Amino acid sequence: MSRRGPVTLGLLVLLAAAVVVLAPAVGAVPLAPAEVLRALFRPEAADPVTVQIVRLRLARVVLGFLVGGGLAVAGSAFQTLLANPLATPYTLGLAAAGSFGAFLSLATSLTVALGPLGSVPAQALVWCGLEAGLLTLLARRARWGAPGLILAGVTLNFVFAAATVMLRLLADPFRLHSMDRWLLGGLDVVGWTAPAWAAGMGLPAVAVLLLSAPALDQLAFGDAVAHGRGVNVVRVRAAALLAGAWVTAACVAWTGPIAFVGLLVPHGVRLVMGPGHRLGLPAAVVTGGAFLVACDAAARTIPLLGRGAELPVGVLTALVGGPVFLLLLTGRNGRRR
Amino acid sequence: MTLRARGLTFAWHRGAPPAVAGVDLRVGPGELVAVVGPNGAGKSTLLGLLSGWLRPAAGSVELEGRPLARWPARDRARRLALLPQDAAPLYDLTVREVVAMGRHPHRGAWAPLDARDRRVIAAVLAATDTSDLRDRPFATLSGGERQRVLLASVLAQEPAVLLLDEPTASLDLHHGVEVFRHLARAAREGTGILAVTHDLNLAALFADRILLMDRGRAVREGPPGEVLTAATLRPVYGADLAVVPHPTADRPAVLPAPEGPP
Repeated sequence: MSRRGPVTLGLLVLLAAAVVVLAPAVGAVPLAPAEVLRALFRPEAADPVTVQIVRLRLARVVLGFLVGGGLAVAGSAFQTLLANPLATPYTLGLAAAGSFGAFLSLATSLTVALGPLGSVPAQALVWCGLEAGLLTLLARRARWGAPGLILAGVTLNFVFAAATVMLRLLADPFRLHSMDRWLLGGLDVVGWTAPAWAAGMGLPAVAVLLLSAPALDQLAFGDAVAHGRGVNVVRVRAAALLAGAWVTAACVAWTGPIAFVGLLVPHGVRLVMGPGHRLGLPAAVVTGGAFLVACDAAARTIPLLGRGAELPVGVLTALVGGPVFLLLLTGRNGRRR
Repeated sequence: MTLRARGLTFAWHRGAPPAVAGVDLRVGPGELVAVVGPNGAGKSTLLGLLSGWLRPAAGSVELEGRPLARWPARDRARRLALLPQDAAPLYDLTVREVVAMGRHPHRGAWAPLDARDRRVIAAVLAATDTSDLRDRPFATLSGGERQRVLLASVLAQEPAVLLLDEPTASLDLHHGVEVFRHLARAAREGTGILAVTHDLNLAALFADRILLMDRGRAVREGPPGEVLTAATLRPVYGADLAVVPHPTADRPAVLPAPEGPP
């Protein structure tokens, strides 16, 4: 752990705070940063309409921060747990399972039949849970290591993706737009329901991941080494995998499968902070959060060919994240074994 | 006796022939024990059992008189260290970071390295001749350097017993000798060492005792001069070998000696 680590983490926290506070200034009605600050911290002295706008946007910003942070920290943990630098929160098939649940809700009238349990987030969560449960069961029976888990996850990914395509083909054409839109991932929520649920579900699991950081440092050297150093490998692995899956499900359920945050941010953080998890995981939370909030702010300012719609943030994270990640990869190649 | 195993038996699958069958073993303070045997003899499985990574189907392992499974993981790791084969970090770490990771069982999970940690790290770097490599990325080291750094990282655990799996695999003659010289030195300082190795000659030169395994069973255990005889080795390794006195040490040496014309 370098001495600079805590300072860098502090700077990242400040940067993230600035992004979160200033992001509500961006949108169809641009606001001056000073107005936003006044609306946030001294609402009685601010223009009531501005206060309303800022509060609406803040809910979205908070959701963006939670989801970006959650995906980034889950991605960091999965990369170590699966011993694979290309792992993402979606590697084990959670995004595909969540998407299947969401499509089930969007394509059918499940909400009418089941009430809130039939809603998109609820169905996404249910199917994420079923998928994770199935994977756990299979992994236990077959005593899989990381490669087995990845293969099984990728397989389930294909199965759920195929089932999702089936639903899409069978669905009423009028529902297709909302389905396709969901797959791109977006933060277009209104009100505090989504951020409150995402926080309530995700934060305890994020805490589990952060507390596992010292053990994850050892696990990055292999299970046998970690065992020899006094890590309870079976317990830590189970807890961290479950927590990572839980965070991912909480994120996907509210925003759809937003791409690249969970792959790109962990690598970016490691380049800046080094590979340790004690500072790296908190850094991934704030960096991932700030990255997604910034991408969403940018997406809101790009008019989509005059159609009045907003660019989904999942498109932007992939468009920005992809090239940046390729650059990082080519830069790192020289340093790899 | 620091580490003691009795009647260790283990099979990878139900119904499969046991990979380890009824092995007794002890490692005392300051002893260097080598476990040798052909591929598939059960050496690495034995190491897994001795480290607590695998649970025996029958038999027991005791560390300081207490069953291994009853030790809290962290307390166990302060006394018993393990260097598995092909250990390598997933991410880029410097040599010093790799060695510092060995302090894990002694540190609070969140505590920074204290003065004692730093002292131990400096000492094990010096003891393994890796002080100069301190700031190098681990991934850029040669095979011999890596093995010495990994050895430093397990010595940083300050274990009473150190288990190693093939610490000289893929090392050339000189670096193999060097690793065993470091092991012998750690043993002289009181650490009990058990090394699984393919290299009969390094075992012959450095080990106090040798355990010869074949198909999961302990064939013979004793000082190198007793275990490494043609009569003992031929049934295990085949006839194509000869045992001769070492030219400079009072130990046996094992040479390949094909029966027919080579």
